[in-house]
Amino acid sequence: MKAKFLVPLALFLLLVGFLGFGLSLNPREVPSPLIDKPAPAFTLARLDQPAQTFALDEMRGQVWLLNVWASWCVACRQEHPVLVELARRGIVPIVGLNYKEVRGDGGLDARGMALDAETGLAIERARGWLRAHGDPYQLSVLDIDGRVGIDFGVYGVPETFLIDREGRIRYKHIGPVTPDNLQNVLIPKIEELKRAS
Amino acid sequence: MRADRPVFVRYLMAPLFAAWVAVMVPGALHAAVEPGTAVPLVADPALEAEVLELSHKLRCLVCQNQSIAESNAPLAIDLRNQVREQLAAGKGKDDVLEYLVDRYGDFVLYEPPFKATTFLLWGGPALLLFGGAGWLAFRLRRRAREAAAEPHLTDAERARAGALLAGATPAAADQSSAEEPRS
Amino acid sequence: MIPELGHFALVMAFALALVQAVVPMVGAARNNPSMMAVARPAAQGQFFFIIFAYGCLTWAFITSDFSLQLAASNSHSDTPLMYKITGVWGNHEGSLLLWSLSLSLWTVAVTVFSRHLPEAFMARVIGVLGWVSLGFIAFMLVTSNPFDRLLPGAPEGRDLNPLLQDPGMIIHPPLLYMGYVGFSVAFAFAIAALLTGRLDAAWARWSRPWTTVAWVFLTAGIAVGSAWAYYELGWGGWWFWDPVENASFMPWLLGTALIHSLAVTEKRGAFRSWTVLLAIGAFSLSLLGTFLVRSGVITSVHAFATDPARGMFILALLVVVIGVSLLLYAWRAPKLTGGGSFGLVSRETTLLGNNVLFAVVSASVLMGTLYPLFLDALNLGKISVGPPYFEAVFVPLMTPVVVLMMFGPFLRWKDDDFGAAVRKLAPAAVASVVSGFGIALAIDHVTWRTVLGLTLAAWVVLASLQLLAGRLRERAGASVSSRLSMIPAAWWGMWLAHFGIGIFIIGVTMVGSIDSNLDLRMKDGDQTEFAGYTVRFRGVVDAPGPNYDASRATLEVSRDGKPIATLQPEKRVYRAMGMPMTEAALDIGVFRDVYVSLGEQLPEGDWIVSLHHKPFISWIWAGCIFMVLGGILAAADRRYRRLAERTAAAGALQQAT
Repeated sequence: MKAKFLVPLALFLLLVGFLGFGLSLNPREVPSPLIDKPAPAFTLARLDQPAQTFALDEMRGQVWLLNVWASWCVACRQEHPVLVELARRGIVPIVGLNYKEVRGDGGLDARGMALDAETGLAIERARGWLRAHGDPYQLSVLDIDGRVGIDFGVYGVPETFLIDREGRIRYKHIGPVTPDNLQNVLIPKIEELKRAS
Repeated sequence: MRADRPVFVRYLMAPLFAAWVAVMVPGALHAAVEPGTAVPLVADPALEAEVLELSHKLRCLVCQNQSIAESNAPLAIDLRNQVREQLAAGKGKDDVLEYLVDRYGDFVLYEPPFKATTFLLWGGPALLLFGGAGWLAFRLRRRAREAAAEPHLTDAERARAGALLAGATPAAADQSSAEEPRS
Repeated sequence: MIPELGHFALVMAFALALVQAVVPMVGAARNNPSMMAVARPAAQGQFFFIIFAYGCLTWAFITSDFSLQLAASNSHSDTPLMYKITGVWGNHEGSLLLWSLSLSLWTVAVTVFSRHLPEAFMARVIGVLGWVSLGFIAFMLVTSNPFDRLLPGAPEGRDLNPLLQDPGMIIHPPLLYMGYVGFSVAFAFAIAALLTGRLDAAWARWSRPWTTVAWVFLTAGIAVGSAWAYYELGWGGWWFWDPVENASFMPWLLGTALIHSLAVTEKRGAFRSWTVLLAIGAFSLSLLGTFLVRSGVITSVHAFATDPARGMFILALLVVVIGVSLLLYAWRAPKLTGGGSFGLVSRETTLLGNNVLFAVVSASVLMGTLYPLFLDALNLGKISVGPPYFEAVFVPLMTPVVVLMMFGPFLRWKDDDFGAAVRKLAPAAVASVVSGFGIALAIDHVTWRTVLGLTLAAWVVLASLQLLAGRLRERAGASVSSRLSMIPAAWWGMWLAHFGIGIFIIGVTMVGSIDSNLDLRMKDGDQTEFAGYTVRFRGVVDAPGPNYDASRATLEVSRDGKPIATLQPEKRVYRAMGMPMTEAALDIGVFRDVYVSLGEQLPEGDWIVSLHHKPFISWIWAGCIFMVLGGILAAADRRYRRLAERTAAAGALQQAT
């Protein structure tokens, strides 16, 4: 058995190794290039007081979470009790980014709707949803057209960003936060950021 | 091999290919309508062609494997609008690509950038080609050398063997090959 | 009850596959004729049980038995009968059964058409096929049972995916599977030959027609699939470099190399270890494609619903089937040296050169397809590899293939004079470059890609014509018709398939260079000028189908006042899934297609209409038809039948003595 005739077998086994490892990977999860970069600045209307705006800078000096949500998002409902519980424990302030509340809803035809009407409907729907499911947010802001979402590289709802005192994104969780994620990943990271100052 | 329900996002969306333009380009909908003459959906076809060309190179993140040009997923529509807005504002194609890569990473590019981790991807085919060509040249030269160094065959013998191998007398060749392994 | 019978039949098929895999192999090793004789009845019995199982599954679909999980998820009582029947393979489990059926069909074909082969060799071939079959039936029984019940049964099914409710989808999967699976025969011949240690010209000659027929099926299957994508997706794309498309294209590339390599091994006894490796490789890539589609490691539009357990199973199957074959190769191949010698300038050299190029292209496509996975596994980030990459790699690598492809037939086996060949082909080469530039100028689209494509196409066409003319000049005395009839079918096959490549390149280049598209909003009576045609919109009516509601538009296409066609694109909503679909309408022509699809209705009542002008696009599939016809002619060559008779006679003689 000459060595060179074993080359195809060796290459094949290498390939199998990768394929086998690939089975444990999730090809749909895209890591964010924004990790350890300053969070993109934004100023958006507040859900509770639409006449006022909230700017990212207002959270400077705090470790906080930015949670992207919408009332039409089914997975958000699954995640919500976890956030409510987190808020109750007072570990970290959570800011909600209400993402495309009206035009993101596949069941609605928002074409031709004026921006004012859309904003009004968004406020009504979002507030109703928070009343029904509890409000874990220090405040929520309205990203009606999803532009801020694009700046944050949001590609699905829910997503959760962990932001440090200097306003840098330190971690991104894609999909609903489960109690397990919270306990074993998020809270340790939050504590670590809080200790480092 | 094309089947199953949850993954037909491309096909679901692609047929509506045109719809978004009308929805998202305000000017298009309110253009003056001359009776009897159909109105193009877009005001600026040249810009739209550029948008489309660039969109074909960008991956829709929420789809299975489609460009944002093919998909009508909401995010794809949003990103196409970003592309259009920025091109219309006079930004270059590279700037637009950079804008999206800054937010979504290299994953959005269907044409991966050339860097250390993609060296093998971009260089691989060339390496394979040169490797293959080198191997081929080596084999051919060795074969030619071996052919030259066959002292026990006279020219006449070699011609006869060649004719046999080439199947000049197929019946004979078949018989011999079918009955005795030649190795 | 009937699904249970089907399940039982599948278990029986498994048992027979086990017999087929073990007994003949042992028999061949011990030279025990009665054990070897088990091969044929076991294979045929297995075929009976699999087709019976397949029939049971089809029955459940036809009778809308929604207590069967698979029928409930992939059929509906309103689905037209044709799509109830084809719905059987529009899902993971059913398509696996089709895979097994196809393998069994090939095996039975081998038992019927290869009676003349030596008994021990046949026993091994059928044994190898038995092992593959065993793996796939086990895969079904363990992880993907098509006969799983749904308790309680569903009152109504969820219907077959509307995209698959299309005539193209009736024939695409069976053709594709016959192609994929057909390479298992070439594979089994190669393994049997490795086991026997007998890889000679006879082995190559036995494998050739099988390989060619599998290649014909695969070519036709890929072509039908791409035609389907073209008219069904509503915007006229025909190839996307999706991982699953690549999964069918890679075996095609290696299979093409294998066909040519087998020719050399048969005629000249050369390249033997390379040919064996290609036979193993082509089938391995078929299996790898199965893994990619069904494991979920790769994101693709065509992927089946995924499940890591299935992925593990197929991976294990890959390791066993391919790993053992490559081990066997490493053990036996070193003995395979020698073969007829040939000079640097000879037909062998061009064939070997193209073989290497095909292998390089396959490897590049494989690397592009899997590279995102490699990076992710090594935690080096996530990237996407899409059409821009594949086009950038494919075109430069295929260019020398096409150039060499026309050189080969002009060169003699063994040795030829380079200068003479170049002198012979120089006029065609010059004429090709001139026509490449000329046509590009004429269509006002001078880009390097257009010029290159047209030059290559002209090169193939001109050199093909020169080849044919040269062939006809032989035996100058005879009449043209008798000279034509003197040419063997295999030569015509080669000529047609190569010529088809030229036609194909014309289609690809033209449609890629000068197609045009116009999206409009139209209402009744509106008209527009588009690509030299006048298109008038004649309104939209409701046109409900058996399981969908549709809006059907009517558009009149005319040119210079003369009516050309009336096109009726539809926008359908399939009731069971509520899924919208676009049915484009096409006026297919030799030199262009006019392609119309209907978009949404706007709030104001106008409709969005998308018009496409696709010059020469049908040449893409015309080229594929030439290739398929070429393959059929090559496989049907009298030589193989004569050989069969002769070897049978020799075998009888052998047994008599």
